[in-house]
Amino acid sequence: MQWFGSTDAKRIGIMYITFAALSGVLGTILSLMIRAELAAPGLNLMSDDFYLTLPGMHASAMIFFFIIPMYAGFANFILPIQVGAPDMAFPKLNLAAFWLLPPAAIIAFSGYLIDSAPQFGWTGYPPLSNSVYSPQIGADLWLLGLVIVGTSSTMGAVNFLSTAFNMRCKGMTLFQLPLFTWSVIVMSFLVLASTPVLTSALLMLNLERLFPNTFYFFAPEGGGDPILYQHLFWFYSHPAVYIMILPGFGMVSEIIPTFSRKPIFGYAVMVWSMIAIAFLGFLVWAHHMFTSGIGLTVRMVFMFLTMLIAVPTGIKIFSWIGTIWGGSLKFSTSMMFSLGFIAMFTIGGLSGVVLAAVPVDIQLHDTYYVVAHIHYVLVAGSVMTIFAGFYFWYPKMTGRMLNEKLGHIHFWGTSIFINVTFFVQHYLGVKGMPRRYADYDPIFADLNLVSSVGSFALFAFQFVFFFNLFYSLKKGAVAGPNPWEDAQTLEWTIASPPDHHQFHHPPVWTPIDRSHGHDHGHDLAAAE
Amino acid sequence: MGNVAIGPGEESLGVSNGKVGMWTFLVMDAMTFAGFLAGYARLRWKEPLIEGTAWPNPYETFGTVGIQLTAFNTFVLVCSSVTMVHALAEVMRGNMERAQKWMLATIVGGLFFLGIQGFEWTHLILDVWPYIFDPNHSVDYNLNFAATFFSLTGFHGGHVSVGVMYNIILYLGMSRGKITANHGDFVEIAGLYWHFVDLIWILVFTFVYLI
Ligand code: HEM
Ligand SMILES: [Cu+2]
Repeated sequence: MQWFGSTDAKRIGIMYITFAALSGVLGTILSLMIRAELAAPGLNLMSDDFYLTLPGMHASAMIFFFIIPMYAGFANFILPIQVGAPDMAFPKLNLAAFWLLPPAAIIAFSGYLIDSAPQFGWTGYPPLSNSVYSPQIGADLWLLGLVIVGTSSTMGAVNFLSTAFNMRCKGMTLFQLPLFTWSVIVMSFLVLASTPVLTSALLMLNLERLFPNTFYFFAPEGGGDPILYQHLFWFYSHPAVYIMILPGFGMVSEIIPTFSRKPIFGYAVMVWSMIAIAFLGFLVWAHHMFTSGIGLTVRMVFMFLTMLIAVPTGIKIFSWIGTIWGGSLKFSTSMMFSLGFIAMFTIGGLSGVVLAAVPVDIQLHDTYYVVAHIHYVLVAGSVMTIFAGFYFWYPKMTGRMLNEKLGHIHFWGTSIFINVTFFVQHYLGVKGMPRRYADYDPIFADLNLVSSVGSFALFAFQFVFFFNLFYSLKKGAVAGPNPWEDAQTLEWTIASPPDHHQFHHPPVWTPIDRSHGHDHGHDLAAAE
Repeated sequence: MGNVAIGPGEESLGVSNGKVGMWTFLVMDAMTFAGFLAGYARLRWKEPLIEGTAWPNPYETFGTVGIQLTAFNTFVLVCSSVTMVHALAEVMRGNMERAQKWMLATIVGGLFFLGIQGFEWTHLILDVWPYIFDPNHSVDYNLNFAATFFSLTGFHGGHVSVGVMYNIILYLGMSRGKITANHGDFVEIAGLYWHFVDLIWILVFTFVYLI
């Protein structure tokens, strides 16, 4: 009870992280079912109807209930401390935002309990998702669950922004903020501006489903416009991909300088490029709709804008490399995950630029190439940053170190099998294997088997991680306030785990030279 | 707010957390309305559905009397924004009794608006668009118009209802002496919300009824 009703952002953060991890397990199980069925051609393990529920429910679990809440959990724990605040601006709102999630997840996935999970994929395109083609109640429950998650994440965003803007300690100007905090700020703006648009689309779809003869927004037979849904959906879901990666950028931007023992290269540029990414992120949504029949000029404009995003993204990658360059590196597990992230995320970014070319996209759309792209950015990208964050902040959250040997095993197993699983999917896509089908032409058999074996091996290595989490909680070395020695942000000046009132006296931040970064020393003064 | 100790670090922007929070909330709320308005705009201004059918003329749908009634309702809502401003001004002056009266006027304005809207909805459902509940109805733009109309005005009406409850809570706080002249911030934040709801209504009214 002390936990469940606590308004302490650190506890709420840990509740978020636990919840997200559980959803991640659920999503993983669903994905293993997909890979098991696809291991060989033919319908081997399940009915077609059941298979059709899997891709959509897997994606929903991972996107809405794993990655986004996981980052929210880290942000809850770390952001208030990094800005030197006693807690979040609205502790009760914070608690409420968290407690919307478990019911939302139960509602969204309860379709499985009554054998009526939706079969239309995570994008929910009408008319496939309207009451004519998807009459099952599970679809309504899924929609409702998503509306609730959206509400929860907007509540979270309001809180993060108010905290970061209005509760900074003395000396903590905006351009002194750590990059993780900056990434959460930018992410929260994205949530604020995009999530409600998705909510509006889902509510319209809900109305259309619940009152089939009365409300026509998207159903063509009633004069609705299915493309309208796609516009509204992608106006959220393209920015959402940055909601799912920017906090990861922020984490890596804290970890790499720490283990290169050098300040981040180009601090101000890092901040501005995040803002540029967010801004451009709102202008490119229609690159998901190149095959939906929108006009050629429109497609050209969106192609151009999409390719522009590669510029700020590239700048970030060069800044990280610039930080590593000439640093005296320490290859801790979280550093390894960060380096692995840079390498593999680059592949994902490049396949994105490939897809952004209209003629290429028309060939590759809805093939496994898109699946490969998504997973290079989301698994080799977001998930790797989440692991990096775990190894980095676990000592702060629990007071104990994770075992580095197990960590390295986990890192190598994960990175190798991510590539085994997903790299071959590029080939599958180029050869023309469509996504979201249970059966396929036997010419795709070999590569699918490789991918399936890879996914099970990838899964197996996660047991190392979970073992490490639980084992180190009791047996890990005691961390002390700053186990990494070179970490400089405020959370490393206080006890691990922090006391309930994290700062015994209001901290004061001594500004450091962020943009030139000659500064090395620990010149922050938490007036303890 | 409430259970956080006020340290010197708090309120870096020089305004209260509550105000920052309300402003950020309003940004997000504006985007929800933008989604509904975009839906409305798209359905209204796309290629004609069937040759010869056009988006229904709002003047014919609502009737001149209907539009005048809603215009009057808009006026009432705008007035309730004015009374809200007075309520805040009186709180700032420390004149809580008057503030209470203005607050009450604001609440009455909101309730009046909801009443008229309920009346209008009943009329539209029963008399103007009764056929949309018939499964064999013909396809025309009235369906889309009704759909966007009900979703937009319904979502807005929901906001007004929340605002009225919000104001009632403040009113009760004032009458029990829990909200005093030192709590101008509370009233100001509620005012932000209330003005926002009015502003959105002016947009909705212009788009759905007038254009
Ligand atoms: C340089 C950056 C990027 C570019 C140029 C890019 C481009 C694209 C394009 C053109 C598509 C559409 C493919 C199609 O449906 O035919 C796509 C799909 C997708 N992208 Fe990216 N992308 C980039 C970064 C990201 C990032 C950072 C994420 C997530 C963290 C992401 C997640 C996704 C997802 C989830 C889809 C698939 C959506 C679906 O159809 O289910 N992308 N990307
Ligand atoms: Cu996109």
